[in-house]
Amino acid sequence: MTSGTGSFDGKDKFGRPIVVVTGLGVVTSLGAGKIDNWAKLSAGNSGIRSITRFATDGLRTRIAGTIDFLGPATSTAALAETFADLAAKEAIEESGLGTPGHFPGPLFVAVPPIEVEWSQRIEVSNHAGANDQVTYADLLRVSGQFPAYHDRFMFGSVADHIADRFGTQGSPISLSTACASGASAIQLGVEAIRRGDTDAALCIGTDGSINPEAMIRFSLLSALSTSNDDPQAASKPFAKNRDGFVMAEGAGALVLESYTSAKARGAKILGVLEGCGEMADSFHRTRSSPDGKPIIGCIASGIKDAGLSPDDIDYVNAHGTGTPENDKMEYLGVSTVFGERMKTVPISSNKSMIGHTLSAAGAIEAVFSLLTLQHQRIPPTINYLEDPLIPLDVVPGVARDVRMRHAISNSFGFGGQNVSLVLGLEPAA
Amino acid sequence: MSDAPREAWITGIGIVSCLGEGTDAHWQKLMAAEPAADSTTFAPFVVHPLPPINFDAQIAKKGDQRQMENWQRIGTYAAGLALDSAGVKGKPEILSHMDMIVAAGGGERDLKVDSAVLSGMPGAANPAAFLNERLMGDLRPTLFLAQLSNLLAGNISIVHGVTGSSRTFMGEEAAGVDAVRIALSRIAAGQSDIALVGGAHNGERADLLMLYEFGHYALKDKLTPVWQRDGDHAGFALGSLGAFLVIEAREHAEARGAKPLARLTTVLSDRSNRQPGTAVQSLTRLWDKIKTRLKAGHAAVLSGATGALPATSDERTFLQSQVTKDGLAVRATGTYLGHGLEPQFPMNVALAVVVLNHGSLFPPCDATGLEQPMTGAVDQVVVTSVGHWRGEGLALVERVS
Repeated sequence: MTSGTGSFDGKDKFGRPIVVVTGLGVVTSLGAGKIDNWAKLSAGNSGIRSITRFATDGLRTRIAGTIDFLGPATSTAALAETFADLAAKEAIEESGLGTPGHFPGPLFVAVPPIEVEWSQRIEVSNHAGANDQVTYADLLRVSGQFPAYHDRFMFGSVADHIADRFGTQGSPISLSTACASGASAIQLGVEAIRRGDTDAALCIGTDGSINPEAMIRFSLLSALSTSNDDPQAASKPFAKNRDGFVMAEGAGALVLESYTSAKARGAKILGVLEGCGEMADSFHRTRSSPDGKPIIGCIASGIKDAGLSPDDIDYVNAHGTGTPENDKMEYLGVSTVFGERMKTVPISSNKSMIGHTLSAAGAIEAVFSLLTLQHQRIPPTINYLEDPLIPLDVVPGVARDVRMRHAISNSFGFGGQNVSLVLGLEPAA
Repeated sequence: MSDAPREAWITGIGIVSCLGEGTDAHWQKLMAAEPAADSTTFAPFVVHPLPPINFDAQIAKKGDQRQMENWQRIGTYAAGLALDSAGVKGKPEILSHMDMIVAAGGGERDLKVDSAVLSGMPGAANPAAFLNERLMGDLRPTLFLAQLSNLLAGNISIVHGVTGSSRTFMGEEAAGVDAVRIALSRIAAGQSDIALVGGAHNGERADLLMLYEFGHYALKDKLTPVWQRDGDHAGFALGSLGAFLVIEAREHAEARGAKPLARLTTVLSDRSNRQPGTAVQSLTRLWDKIKTRLKAGHAAVLSGATGALPATSDERTFLQSQVTKDGLAVRATGTYLGHGLEPQFPMNVALAVVVLNHGSLFPPCDATGLEQPMTGAVDQVVVTSVGHWRGEGLALVERVS
């Protein structure tokens, strides 16, 4: 963490500004805020429950990590906005950066699909009053009577709201790399600070996709767990009996800042974004390349970007979705990069407790990885039953206190988009 | 990173729209100054449909084509054209470190399923259960993969082997501006050597017409040039189009012997809240950052004006106060292309390259007089984007002498 001259100048060993974290915010099915989330996460509690938001008649999966304590859900867009808002507020307040309504940096926010949903479509259809067969021509006849739905269902609407509320600078960027989205949002912030474009950035991942069609889409791809009878035991990453992921909601927010800027204003440094790795997969729309090369390359490039070697990594915050395919490929990835040492490197999946928060996952799990480093305590992987084909130390059942300096958090998405973030503790000045 | 910014060249473009495929087709149609659109298929709405495309030429496997909806086919096709144009198609040693940023919205819905659900809903004993049952039974399992925004990028990785990195920006017009801006920033700073940037849009979609008609933005009845849209006859005609750019660090291009089509000098973006006057202020601030670089008599503006109000009247106010008074000629390509939201800005950057390569501007098509003839040589083109709802952007594209 020193420059070539040996004096500490806030640059990393590649001469780039060091990017630190000065604010964290999170909301998941476990609760709102870092304190509540960390208490439940380190106690091994599950936020997965039976869905009550809508009727689940006829669905193969009837469980999810819904957030029901923030009022009724009108749309994924509205939920994603509510969650992002809450997480951003917590992160910005903790950072103490800027002034209310003015955040001195850009916004990068990972969002789920923002789209008109069935409740709106049915409302418009009822208004059209068509007989028998309802067509889009009928809907189009009366669409102009619903002006609020244009603004609500613009893809950029969530980012626009956050930019307005917190006063971020410039054009806010909404992005998706599927299940790696939250990590990509952080990566864009890291890159902007390293370029010297800005001293700070607000990076958010948010998702509120628990609605009938979104669930059915994943269900039809056979991606979801159908362990409906015991919701809290349904998400079982790396376990022999894993049967798919459990959809979940939430948001994670990070205030990123250059080390120099954070130090100059006397801010508390919560951790360092040391490196970002990525590599796209050209094999298949939903499956990883069987040789694992893109995942291996992604993890390895994250460690290299941090100026570290695999031996420096003390903990892996797994993508660990609980699908048979992901966990097998992630095992191949980490066991290739870390080699024999992987037998003793702890790797745990937050998703065993909070489910798969999709577009938010990379950001939420980066927040949890930083809390893990701060507390020097690894939250467990719950619901674990050893799979001899992918033997890993998943920190089963009970949190573990471990001395750690560097962690890596993996995110792998449909569409072959992979991101690994390397996180560390504050560098010694 | 303290080094001087690296020069970035555009070394490849791939474009397809209602005007046809490739640079020559676009130039000829723009020179002919006879915009056309379809006002019957989705009547009363006007759209700019894509002519028939031989997707096999860029997407060899029928199986891949079947996995996509049309917006993805258009984009994967245009991306292939851009890679061909840059001379990097099928070269894994380059494609494996090529960064990709795609600007995209959501994909096509299955209109038959939507229609059947809505038709059956009033008579259903248990509407919620009916909805679940129909969706579970009627949705094609792979449709989701054709709807996810990031799966255009995913398809480009699969079909063309672009695997350095893959990111997808959403957020309507601004997504296209920021995709090009971030790609340029990364190249200039040495974070990237070569990037594929662009997007695709299928404008022949009733579900999208509904989304924009919610806000009264969908143009009805007849096509008029965008500057002439006013009062009851305003809005944009959705356009089907795909546009990709290969942007490359000059030294990377020179090392592989690639020639520049143009220099991408600057891309700027901002977001105003669209209270009265704010979009004009935002555009003026961006303009102030590039105007001193413009050479009188040799620069032109390609406007991304949509025809939506007040965005287009705001842009007119800006252009009249800052641009046309200094004699710069303006052309709105939306008159010809229609509006494709996310890929519109990459498309206009590509058309700026086409103009620079011809060295002159195509004729005006505007009875309001904002567009004026220009006879001199064009060495610089400023591309504008004023999103119909949010987002302002500018790019400066220049001839490499």
